[in-house]
Amino acid sequence: MIGLRLEPRPTPAPGLALAARIGAGIAALVLAAIPIALAGAPVGKAFALMAEGAFGSLFATSETLARATPLILTGLAAAVAFRAKLWNIGGEGQLYAGALAAVAVGSGLLDLPGPALIPIVMAAGMIAGAVLMLVPTLLKTRFGADEVVTTLLLNFVVLLVVQMMLEGPLKDPYGMGWPQSAPILDQAVLPKLMPRMRVHTGLVIALVVAVGIALVMARSVFGFQVRAVGENASAARFAGIGVTATFIKVGLLSGALAGLAGVSEVAGLKGYLTSDLSPGFGYSGIVVAMLAGLNPLGVVVAAIFVAAVFVGADSMSRGVGISSYIADLIVATSLLCVLVGGLVTTYRIRFTRPDPARS
Amino acid sequence: MDVIDILLSANFWAAAIRIATPLIFGVLGALLCERSGVLNLGIEGIFTAGAMAGWMTVHLGGDLWTGVLVAMAVGALFGLLHAVLTVPLGLSQHVTGIGVTLLASSLAYFIYRNALPQVTSPPRIVPFQPLAIPGLSDLPFFGPVLFQQTALTWLAFALVAIVGWVLYRTPLGLAIRAVGDTPQAVEAQGLDVHLIRIGTVMAGSALMALGGAFLTMSAFDAFFFGMVNGRGWICIALTVFASWRPGKALFGALLYGAFDAFQVRLQTSLGGAVPGQVFLMLPYLFSIAALVLVARKADYPRALLVPFVKGQR
Repeated sequence: MIGLRLEPRPTPAPGLALAARIGAGIAALVLAAIPIALAGAPVGKAFALMAEGAFGSLFATSETLARATPLILTGLAAAVAFRAKLWNIGGEGQLYAGALAAVAVGSGLLDLPGPALIPIVMAAGMIAGAVLMLVPTLLKTRFGADEVVTTLLLNFVVLLVVQMMLEGPLKDPYGMGWPQSAPILDQAVLPKLMPRMRVHTGLVIALVVAVGIALVMARSVFGFQVRAVGENASAARFAGIGVTATFIKVGLLSGALAGLAGVSEVAGLKGYLTSDLSPGFGYSGIVVAMLAGLNPLGVVVAAIFVAAVFVGADSMSRGVGISSYIADLIVATSLLCVLVGGLVTTYRIRFTRPDPARS
Repeated sequence: MDVIDILLSANFWAAAIRIATPLIFGVLGALLCERSGVLNLGIEGIFTAGAMAGWMTVHLGGDLWTGVLVAMAVGALFGLLHAVLTVPLGLSQHVTGIGVTLLASSLAYFIYRNALPQVTSPPRIVPFQPLAIPGLSDLPFFGPVLFQQTALTWLAFALVAIVGWVLYRTPLGLAIRAVGDTPQAVEAQGLDVHLIRIGTVMAGSALMALGGAFLTMSAFDAFFFGMVNGRGWICIALTVFASWRPGKALFGALLYGAFDAFQVRLQTSLGGAVPGQVFLMLPYLFSIAALVLVARKADYPRALLVPFVKGQR
């Protein structure tokens, strides 16, 4: 029988790593042809519509970039935490916490001029996200409670808090009874980048943050500590790195980034908060981070890819009459593909044949 | 309504058992996987896929038990996917599990939406009916609590005993526990560690899907988007709470069921003085508390999350 053996490579292959990731994205798109065909839609036309819907016009590109903006931030949130092997799956909840703080502060509580108010709204959202992530981080470091489960469960709690606030203290008195918050004050709205397009300054903020995180992770002592803890926590502790402190710091950073995604959606795109603000940006951020190999600059590219899939799938589903859940399907498949593709970069795959001398 | 009144009503305990049933399946499934050394975070998606597959089978004309079997087969397939990626290929169990959840739930939603594009209200099936046992069902208190549950609830109770018996009384169970603790020892016995793990994860995932199928085929009679609503994650927390033992899994699930049924009744009796969402949060907070309470002294299977490479220590 021919067997399959994985042999660790002495050094990871960087060129292959990039190729494997691009390959994973392509593989996910190719695999998506199966459900599209099974649903009885013309595959070629479907993909053409998808590409056109994502990048076919200035408006389409603007939509894709607007969709990519929160994904860059939630992707960064996952990327920094996963680097330390802190499994923050709570990006969705932290995004909502950030959005909640943004409308609490920015929709009339403080009536300041824009240059003062915008930073305050952003800071409020980041603090809310960070504090929310502090809870599971402390439960992990103090009580050993698995942060995967606690962050996941907190997502549901936060969404209920949002619904409660939107029906209670934060409900828009002029909202015709809809459970939505009062709108963000005009001067706190993040300006649009182009007239009549939805892409907004949040994108610029997300790009600046991505570059900043890349520098911090690559060049700072903190970045080194995060990587050391992620590689081997006990070795890091032995080397004198405060593992608990590192978890707390990276948890705060991760939560703050996801919180900022919430601010950007509320202050840049929607203008007010509803309980369906995010169609799963927190969860998609995990896929973005993995597609990027946890590289902060790669996150930008991966976020645009995932955003293009979502925006493109909307036109595709309208055009050929299949469910727009095809986008979620492609994104999920690309996560699994990138995991498998990652094996190529860390292992050599050898086919083993039975030793003829022994048979 | 008084707290004592709630606790003494048969209605309350019947609801507690009904709420506990899918979690019994889910926790049994999760503990099987974890006992063999594999954390299966695909659970949330496998619940969704099982709920959809079972319901769809009946909707298309299959009978209820065929639906159950189809749901379990779908669960086993996603289990196989998770197991192949994490066991022989040794990929991160956390990230793979999230990937399986995303894949299974989006596939379920995609298929449901494509099969029923234009429905405004979800179509209904005739679900499992209460298994009334003549004589016993008329008993005061115990009649309504126990003998008006559906066959799937009884199956859940039976599975607690079966999983316990397999794990602790059979050579197979010994092998499953051993691959989750000291896989080297199992290899030394000439058994295939990977094969045992893959098989166990498939069986556990089939049970998870059964938990999902209970939702659409017994608790409700239709498939809704987002209906699993974190039940899978709650099962992962309860598995730690149950210290990977089937008997304690039953206890944990019933405790959760009682708590959830209690908050619903408290909510109605308080009549809107406190926002309803506060009560809806409680089950999630309860699960987090259950996890935190036992986390420090939890006796995790020692090889949990550790991929096994043949001939390597």
